[in-house]
Amino acid sequence: MYDGWKIIIGIIIFLGIATFPILYDLGKAAPPPPEPKIDTPEIKKMVEKKCVEPKSLMKIEHMVMLKDWRDWYVREGRSIYIAADGKQYNISLSNTCMKCHSNKKDFCDKCHNYAAVVPYCWDCHIEPKEEGQL
Amino acid sequence: MSFGLSLWLSFFAVAVLVLVALFGVEAAHLNYLFGVIIPYAAFAIFIVGIIYRFLKWAARPVPFRIPTTAGQGKSLPWIKQNKIDNPSTALGAFVRMIFEVLLFRSLFRNTRTELRGPILSYASAKWLWIAALAFHYSFLIILIRHLRLFIEPVPFLVKTVEKLDSFFQIHLLGAPLLYITNVALLAAVTYLLLRRVVIPTLRYISLPADYFPLFLILSIGITGALMRYFYKVNVVGIKELAMGLINFSPKIPEGIGVLFYIHLFLVSTLFAYFPFSKLTHMVGVFLSPTRNLANNNRAVRHVNPWNYPVKVHTYEEYEDEFREFMKDAGIPVEKE
Ligand code: HEC
Ligand code: HEC
Ligand code: HEC
Ligand code: HEM
Repeated sequence: MYDGWKIIIGIIIFLGIATFPILYDLGKAAPPPPEPKIDTPEIKKMVEKKCVEPKSLMKIEHMVMLKDWRDWYVREGRSIYIAADGKQYNISLSNTCMKCHSNKKDFCDKCHNYAAVVPYCWDCHIEPKEEGQL
Repeated sequence: MSFGLSLWLSFFAVAVLVLVALFGVEAAHLNYLFGVIIPYAAFAIFIVGIIYRFLKWAARPVPFRIPTTAGQGKSLPWIKQNKIDNPSTALGAFVRMIFEVLLFRSLFRNTRTELRGPILSYASAKWLWIAALAFHYSFLIILIRHLRLFIEPVPFLVKTVEKLDSFFQIHLLGAPLLYITNVALLAAVTYLLLRRVVIPTLRYISLPADYFPLFLILSIGITGALMRYFYKVNVVGIKELAMGLINFSPKIPEGIGVLFYIHLFLVSTLFAYFPFSKLTHMVGVFLSPTRNLANNNRAVRHVNPWNYPVKVHTYEEYEDEFREFMKDAGIPVEKE
């Protein structure tokens, strides 16, 4: 008794599971990496278009920074952040970050949808009003 | 091999892997090698290796049913059969396999033998089962969650798993949410490793083949956790890389972070090592003859496939041949 057909079925199931991502993406072109837009009125007004910290840092560590901001504000009562270049910012998610990045859908959400992260901050914090939103 | 040698050899083997990736990317800038070529090669070895194993096992004949009988077998109608622990049908064997694969039922029966004073006793020992279950399910959920880096659009199921897994919020680390499975995986692997270090009998039977996979998986979990909670990497860039690999149009985005390459190199090693190690039990468990066969030795005729064809001369044929002589000699015959 060799049960060849059972083995064949087993191999097919194994291949199906192991190559699932390849099969799933088959025929679809790789989605273009997100390009967060920085064309908000607030940023257009800026002479030197710079974020709170250098872009390379913001891109990777903005969640760490937001966490620090939250802790400083809520737990330590600090309300001013002094950036590495000496500029001062009010510590606030809705009034600082989102004032410049008022296009949440074309900015934050672009990356987050791509990486499938859903920050829960907006359960409480107010999102900036955008077109097409209530 | 002695215990110390086995343990340290495995530990240093993994340490060397980490250093190879670290210097390969940081000093020699072999990003393409570590980001594309090695992962592809490892995946190919994994697929071909597993199929090779599959076929090798499949070529072994199963002459006879050898299930472990862990309950009452099928008998007279008024004796109650244990249909799962001593299955007599394919369905029973199937159900038994499901319990085995999903719940590690035979490990659940694991006992500890000890001397209590002069009395030899067998006590229940469930820690191994619990740790094994925690480890395997954490691993599975982590793999499912990782799909977010490989497929687009990310299906609802993956997002739901992620949401449930990140139930706990944390304050101190670099991410606002803690993955439960990340903690469970590290805790379970640590337990499984310490078990082989602390318990003398287990230490005695453990070899590099036992320690190496544990160190390897532990270091994969640690590098993953470091990326998430301590030294941030560019996840958008990593998804670009991963999608490139999946769509066979590989490219290496800039500024990903060396920690990711170490993680990926360790994972590649795991995949390439998989088919040639004890880890193939992932596939092998389905082919364990003591679990997947129905106990029907006496109900069904099983012909040993490697028997050469035996020339048989049945009694009927014998009688046909010698009937007249038998009658003459006064020997009774069945057919007149
Ligand atoms: C003063 C206006 C301003 C504020 C306040 C601000 N940003 Fe920015 N942000 C910018 C600009 C301008 C850029 C583009 C920088 C560049 O291209 O060098 C940017 C870039 C970024 C990027 C990188 C985008 C990319 O393309 O990779 C992230 C992430 C980001 N900001 C998040 C935040 C967060 C989080 C906060 C709040 C802590 C914040 N920003 C506050 C103006 C601002
Ligand atoms: C360059 C792309 C990009 C932009 C732009 C961006 N994010 Fe993110 N953000 C990410 C990625 C990727 C993660 C997930 C990292 C991970 O999985 O470890 C993330 C995670 C977060 C998290 C942590 C969520 C969690 O559950 O782990 C918060 C909070 C966050 N982002 C806030 C913001 C806000 C607010 C903005 C807009 C002002 C923004 N981000 C813009 C890429 C981006
Ligand atoms: C349970 C509701 C809730 C959630 C969820 C939440 N916050 Fe807050 N957050 C608050 C409250 C309340 C304050 C205090 C507001 C005040 O005192 O003015 C605050 C304050 C802050 C502040 C400083 C003050 C300000 O105006 O922004 C930051 C920064 C902040 N939160 C970031 C975050 C981030 C990042 C997340 C997501 C990872 C998050 N919060 C999720 C309720 C929440
Ligand atoms: C056997 C396979 C793998 C195992 C066991 C594994 C394990 C882990 C673990 C435990 C983490 C910690 C965070 C979490 O729980 O999600 C993690 C994070 C991570 N892994 Fe893996 N991994 C594997 C394969 C891969 C592969 C193939 C890639 C890339 C293409 C990858 C990329 C990442 C990234 C980018 C993170 C950080 C995620 C974040 O910051 O949110 N992993 N991994």
